[in-house]
Amino acid sequence: MTGSATPDHASSWRRLARRRRAALGIVAALTAVAFVVDVATGPAFLSPMAVARSILRVTEDRTVDTIVWSIRLPIAAMALVVGAALGLTGAVMQTILANPLASGYTLGVASGAGFGASLVIVFGAFLPLGEAEAIPLSAFLFASLASALVWGIGRSRGSTPEGLVLAGVALLFLFQALTSLLQFVATPEALAAIVFWLFGSLTRATWGRLAVVAGLVAVMLPILALDAWKLTALKLGDEKARALGVDVARLRMRSLAVVSVLTAAAVAFVGTIGFVGIVAPHVARMTLGEDQRFFLPGAALAGALVLSLASIASKSVVPGAIFPIGIVTALIGVPFFLVLVMRTRRAYW
Amino acid sequence: MKIAVEDLRVRLGGRDILHGVGFAAEPGTVTALVGPNGSGKTTLLRALSGMLPHRGRVRFGTRATAPREAIGYMAQDTAGRAVLTVFEVVLLGRLSRLGVKVSEGDLAAASRALDVVGVAHLAEAHIGELSGGQRQLVHFAQVLAREPKVILLDEPTSALDLRNQLHLLDLVRRETRARGLTTIVTLHDLNAAARFADRLVVLHDGRLARCGVPETVIDDDLLAEVWGVAARVTLDDQALPTVIPLGALAAGSSRPAAPAPGGLA
Repeated sequence: MTGSATPDHASSWRRLARRRRAALGIVAALTAVAFVVDVATGPAFLSPMAVARSILRVTEDRTVDTIVWSIRLPIAAMALVVGAALGLTGAVMQTILANPLASGYTLGVASGAGFGASLVIVFGAFLPLGEAEAIPLSAFLFASLASALVWGIGRSRGSTPEGLVLAGVALLFLFQALTSLLQFVATPEALAAIVFWLFGSLTRATWGRLAVVAGLVAVMLPILALDAWKLTALKLGDEKARALGVDVARLRMRSLAVVSVLTAAAVAFVGTIGFVGIVAPHVARMTLGEDQRFFLPGAALAGALVLSLASIASKSVVPGAIFPIGIVTALIGVPFFLVLVMRTRRAYW
Repeated sequence: MKIAVEDLRVRLGGRDILHGVGFAAEPGTVTALVGPNGSGKTTLLRALSGMLPHRGRVRFGTRATAPREAIGYMAQDTAGRAVLTVFEVVLLGRLSRLGVKVSEGDLAAASRALDVVGVAHLAEAHIGELSGGQRQLVHFAQVLAREPKVILLDEPTSALDLRNQLHLLDLVRRETRARGLTTIVTLHDLNAAARFADRLVVLHDGRLARCGVPETVIDDDLLAEVWGVAARVTLDDQALPTVIPLGALAAGSSRPAAPAPGGLA
């Protein structure tokens, strides 16, 4: 036994924590760069320096400021915020469901949102609201309804991961079938609109919508942060977490509620961009481990970075047009993800 | 902290698992909980740890419940695939005290526990990369890092080699004496239990079969009645009982069902 106040393994663990903080800093810096490039990319060419100057309000240039502030910034910022929300929800879902395939979309939330949006697209003419407000609202309501159902069924089954996954997958199929039914009865125009909505797109971003999603992330993040150590303990398994004094069922249901609200908000405004929620937590896990104090912010940053890069790519594939970002995310993300998984020697799952 | 159990009953999934068990465990002593598979050992430990609802009377010192951080419980299953280092797993023993910033005291307690158990060289390894036996030692270190008053260990030696079994049991006894802990351990090896525990509690079908010091508890009648095993029990030079199993008994008989030439059932 060492007698000193700071024995060796404690200080080497502190070194590890410093390395992790540095890694978080690097990802944050990369995300900032991606953000600027994202704003610079588009039909009208802007240099990244001009964009940076406009964002920081160093110089004034009417044309540049208009393009940056009214068109590109909300979209680029939405990519960051939605990416962070999806990365975060994926990380929490993978932890509370003890499943590497889980993401915010696993438990039927996204298919609920898809149904909600389709419902308005098909029957929206009967609503007193305009489609621009009604679609996200309905998507959010049905995403929340799906979550609430999963939550209720899961609770009655003792809040086990298996119970939640079974309930979630059942609802996923239910809402997909209902959406298919709507597509079946829809006019060709409505059908096209539904399919396009389901692709997912950041171009629906506005400053107001951005504020809603960003506000929710800002409110939910501290709730998750307070549970960081308990979520880390949950990684050891339910029984061991319980032995350490964690009320496992409550922790799982509380986290699920937080994650559901975030997912519903993200999906309501931009449609289904699901892959980010699976890949970002894996990247964070491989680089930072699963001490949730680093893992959760890491997954959020990785999600923001991935979606920002996908946004750049979606504007570069076909010059002058914006390719649906949900497709780009998967097409670029999947090969990258597979390489990452195959190159690592350590077993992370 | 003395543990006094009276008429403890546990019902799980519509079935009575424990039908009124009573015994007491004193601070500074080790109690071994023994009994055949399905006799209720794990259920008893989980009920004492506060993880299972139960009826009957359990007292920790003068109180009806012990604070969570006063109990160190080690589950039988130590598997898990968290991407956490051994140091982090041991640190989690301090869960109720951990903040966003980890205090010096918590780091020191985790370090001490790693050193005492002798797994400090594994501190930076991932828990998923260890063998079952190494994981068992790490989880015992986690229990010690908690600095509990009561230690409840469920089959802590099941994955350990002979040397590590002796190391862990010796360590449990030393820590129990040195810190005045109240320790209850489930074990399958009766000979190890007799040598290492101060008292034995024998469970059979959810009831207390016997309890007391090893030399009065273990005899060939007990082995036949509770385990259904024919055995010869001898006393060693320290007057501790040694069980030499001869063979399994057919249900309801007192003779070996099939003679086992090697002597082990």
